[in-house]
Amino acid sequence: MNAPVQLDHAEIAATTPLDKLDVSDPALFRDDVWYPYFRRLRRDAPVHYCAESMFGPYWSITTYKDIVQAELAHKVFSSDSSLGGITIRDRQKDLRLPMFIAMDPPRHDEQRKAVQPIVAPGNLAKLEHIIRARVCEILDELPRNETFNWVDKVSIELTVSMLATLFDLPQEDRRKLSYWSDCATALPMPGGIIENEAQREAAFAEMLAYFTTLWNARVNAEPRPDLVSMLAHAPATRDMSPREFMGNLVLLIVGGNDTTRNSISGGMLFLNQFPEEYAKLRANPALIETMVPEIIRYQTPLSHMRRTATADVEFAGQKIRAGDKVVMWYISGNRDDTAIEEPDRFIIDRPRPRQHLSFGFGIHRCVGNRLAEMQLKILWEEILKRFDRIEVVGPEQRVYSTFVHGITELPVRIPG
Amino acid sequence: MPSITYIEHSGTEHRIEVPTGRSVMQGAVDNNLPGIDADCGGECACATCHVYVDPAWLAKTGTPGEQEASMLNFAATAEPNSRLSCQIEVSEALDGLTVRLPEAQH
Ligand code: HEM
Ligand code: FES
Repeated sequence: MNAPVQLDHAEIAATTPLDKLDVSDPALFRDDVWYPYFRRLRRDAPVHYCAESMFGPYWSITTYKDIVQAELAHKVFSSDSSLGGITIRDRQKDLRLPMFIAMDPPRHDEQRKAVQPIVAPGNLAKLEHIIRARVCEILDELPRNETFNWVDKVSIELTVSMLATLFDLPQEDRRKLSYWSDCATALPMPGGIIENEAQREAAFAEMLAYFTTLWNARVNAEPRPDLVSMLAHAPATRDMSPREFMGNLVLLIVGGNDTTRNSISGGMLFLNQFPEEYAKLRANPALIETMVPEIIRYQTPLSHMRRTATADVEFAGQKIRAGDKVVMWYISGNRDDTAIEEPDRFIIDRPRPRQHLSFGFGIHRCVGNRLAEMQLKILWEEILKRFDRIEVVGPEQRVYSTFVHGITELPVRIPG
Repeated sequence: MPSITYIEHSGTEHRIEVPTGRSVMQGAVDNNLPGIDADCGGECACATCHVYVDPAWLAKTGTPGEQEASMLNFAATAEPNSRLSCQIEVSEALDGLTVRLPEAQH
């Protein structure tokens, strides 16, 4: 591979003129060097305009408090896909998919309500047994005294298996889900999982065909507590167009996939980076409760969500104009020391661990937040029962993306 | 100081003195009461401080504002007497208020 050029990012971040600072470069996240750039913005220009980037001009909102306020201002900061949707990258107009994360009220509210029952307390309790059984199977098959990729063998296996359960599809089809999810979020590039938009559309068409078969079987059967049946029976979603069905499938697959996957990988990495926390955990497994939200904060699986201004507004002293792209950088707000004490440390027993931005806030706040936490909790309970320690034995590889903040490779070894 | 009674989903009751000016949510969090998560710290942005207000008290606590109503709209276990407790400010008029907690916060 190409040897990384050693750059002094602290120096670059400190000396680049403010109007030339661009925090959207995916390489900053792949190389894990984004910290000083956001620190500078939080300090010197918390609501910042970047006139030129690979994604065009955009505003950055970087402090914890401002991000919460931006989330609440959904009347002027729209999520609508026809304006560009929820990620910094605009998709070609004719390829934009409607899905409720990229809708405004009232349509958003109606469709969200259709899938909300998947996380009702009773349903979560049922899922807990199924997830625990899968976790045990996956962990019991792990090799000893041998280096393997934690991401592939555990993070991906577990998340797709849970998604297959949520959709109630055959477990042997689970890897299709991660394939479609990866196609949805990949930046097209030569040699990448997709090389152009046509390949992405082809993958989506295959996904739609697969799920249409399930839909047809379930729409004529009694309602059941799986996502396809819920969408097929709820008044707000049962008459969706095929593109809207496709959009909402992408939402549910991506929403529940990369995010949880990268929290599972992140947790393993952080406990190895902070051995004193790993020791605390082994001594007191009850700390899993507060560790889980801390993992999700520290990882911040989605670096940002994007909105589009629908009117001229003054926000935190800046004049944002109708049509402007506004990016809420969760990854920055989660490291804001005016809101979170010692934010750059991973601390598994923080007093208010759920006060973080990783799930967003306001009307789009993550539907799956408690489900994701439950998965991580079960995983760590079962890990601690089985293994004294799992060691990270080499450097991790990270995703080249401004949106999905993730890990593709994490070599580990279980001494045994 | 006004006293507020919080009843956990299991039925366990907690009678807590809460200073006026604090919210019903803060009263619970300050005393480490289980069952109120308050992920957003009181910004009306998370709906994890959901409570059911004893119907006899609804006239005094008032009804949800617009943002609160849209957040409550998604709570899996919302009822007509649901409120987000961070949006109820404790006053002498609320001395004796009873709220019940839902099965889970989400
Ligand atoms: C650690 C894991 C997860 C993270 C970090 C995460 C993060 C997020 C974020 C940031 C949002 C947008 C919030 C906003 O715009 O304010 C969101 C929305 C959403 N998430 Fe998650 N998510 C996770 C797991 C899940 C899971 C397991 C599901 C499974 C069903 C899921 C389904 C959704 C859906 C459907 C939405 C759209 C909600 C709406 O627009 O109303 N997420 N998630
Ligand atoms: S604490 Fe978040 S809505 Fe009340």
